[in-house]
Amino acid sequence: MTAITQPAEVSDQGHGLEGRNVSDAAFRGVLTVCAAAIPILMGFLVWELYAGSRLAISRFGVRFVTTSIWDPVAEKFGALPLIFGTLLSSLLALLIAVPLSLGVAIYLTEFAPERIRKPISFLIELLAAIPSVVYGLWGVFFLLPFLRTSVFPFLKATFGFLPFFQGPIYGQSMLAASIILAIMVMPYIMSVSREVLVSVPNSQREAALAMGATRWEAVISAIVPYAKSGIIGAIILGLGRALGETMAVTMLIGNRNEIAASLFAPGYTMAAVIANEFSEAASDIHFSALSYVALVLFLVTVLVNAGARILIWRTSRGGPQGGRGI
Amino acid sequence: MNRRVLRRWISNFMVGTMIFAVLIAVLPLVLILATLLVKGVSSLNLAFFLKTPAPAGESGGGVAHAIIGTLMMVGAACLIGLPIGIGAGIFSAEYPSSRLATITRFISDVMNGTPSIVVGVFAWTLIVARQKHFSGYAGSAALAMLMIPMVMRTTEEMIKLVPHSLREAALALGYPRWRTSLAVVVRTTLPGIVTGSLLAVARVSGETAPLLFTALGSQFMGTNLNQPMGALPLTVYTYANGPYEDWHRLAWATALVLILVVFVLSLSARIATRRIFGRYG
Repeated sequence: MTAITQPAEVSDQGHGLEGRNVSDAAFRGVLTVCAAAIPILMGFLVWELYAGSRLAISRFGVRFVTTSIWDPVAEKFGALPLIFGTLLSSLLALLIAVPLSLGVAIYLTEFAPERIRKPISFLIELLAAIPSVVYGLWGVFFLLPFLRTSVFPFLKATFGFLPFFQGPIYGQSMLAASIILAIMVMPYIMSVSREVLVSVPNSQREAALAMGATRWEAVISAIVPYAKSGIIGAIILGLGRALGETMAVTMLIGNRNEIAASLFAPGYTMAAVIANEFSEAASDIHFSALSYVALVLFLVTVLVNAGARILIWRTSRGGPQGGRGI
Repeated sequence: MNRRVLRRWISNFMVGTMIFAVLIAVLPLVLILATLLVKGVSSLNLAFFLKTPAPAGESGGGVAHAIIGTLMMVGAACLIGLPIGIGAGIFSAEYPSSRLATITRFISDVMNGTPSIVVGVFAWTLIVARQKHFSGYAGSAALAMLMIPMVMRTTEEMIKLVPHSLREAALALGYPRWRTSLAVVVRTTLPGIVTGSLLAVARVSGETAPLLFTALGSQFMGTNLNQPMGALPLTVYTYANGPYEDWHRLAWATALVLILVVFVLSLSARIATRRIFGRYG
């Protein structure tokens, strides 16, 4: 694609006609209001979340994220298992989704015949359009029975010596939620890393092949390293999606407020507890605690997204600059 | 010589592994669509679209209330979200080096990454907690908030594709800036802006989390946005969690309808995009 230059600012002065400046200023004014609405809304969101959780912040403080008891009746709230559940389910999902989506992305850009590239990437991107609740429905009535009767017993029999694959099998579990999350974030990671791989200059491929590398060696030694920063960005984007995912996880994770070593055991996430309890919360402190959870979840996702940007910025500055002439 | 054979063998093996990855990646889509069709099609009849739910435990009934609810809430969300999103997009593309454009661009990225359930909590504290009752308005507000950054980013990207020469030509002819922007730049990218809007509508139509404690859901037909309202995704959630076989049947059918709506919207958006990229890509 040809580079398109940014439109230069055109000075509002020197039109010669008075009326023009007025209408131009009015036009700009209306657009400014629209553009300013976004930061204002966001500031409002942060403020409302903070105001909503003030009660819980003053009562529990930092202990909120280090204790494990969540008891609305006794008005005791600790979110450690929720934070643990959110992080573990998302990381497990990445563990499954990253190799798959990178495999697909590399195959589609480097190996696949031209005519199947578009249809396959289109099919996988359709996965991204499926609403979360539909994943949940499918997960509950199709995936769970399959996992419970075939996959989990197999894992238990084969890897049962590891603490992750011990204990009773209920179906609804950390592992089931991670698998559905993996399916959901895969299209995002795949399509972003595909875009990155496509933008690797051909000279990079040609150089490796000219040195006698096999096609796979060219991929692993010349193409992937070149696209490294973008691929990391794609993965972190997927992580951000997984952290905030609510419906499918709520329906599959089992919603039990515990930290368990076994992946067959039910767990809970920050998003799921808000989804389950918010409309039924009875006391102010319960609302406040849930709002606090939302605030923590929000901060985690903002940090992850900001981290992705900084990481990409750093790696791309330190990485190969490409296109050096002979 | 032997080493060369080994290297070629490794290369072929890795390609095989990647083809396997493609198969695994496409499998869920096939399985989900197949399950939805098998379990959902049989329940799609006229009553499904025209009737409200039967009392719990009885068979029959439909999801007409949820169809109306989704249409009204998404419609209201468009009324708020589209003008703001498109306006902000035009601003940051037309005045790219202003400080506000930089801030807006950054914040809308943050907003795009914000979990939809958090936006639901925001709409709750903003509207439900103040009004002291659940309402379709609160649901629409949450959906609008999700639409704004998506629409803003696609609008901006589309406008950036317009060749600068077009702008220069209009200005050279003596068009004022606002007319250049609206009659030339925006006019040229209109299909792209429609595409971005369609994609945003497709995404929020399937959103459940922000509606859980704003619109809440309802079993009755209602067109009052100031009351709790049903919505298609909420119906899927409630019925999937319910104990009755008949509810599960309705959940599958509703999910099928939802996914068809979302796919049709995404597909038409994709076709529109291809036309634009064909012109300027």
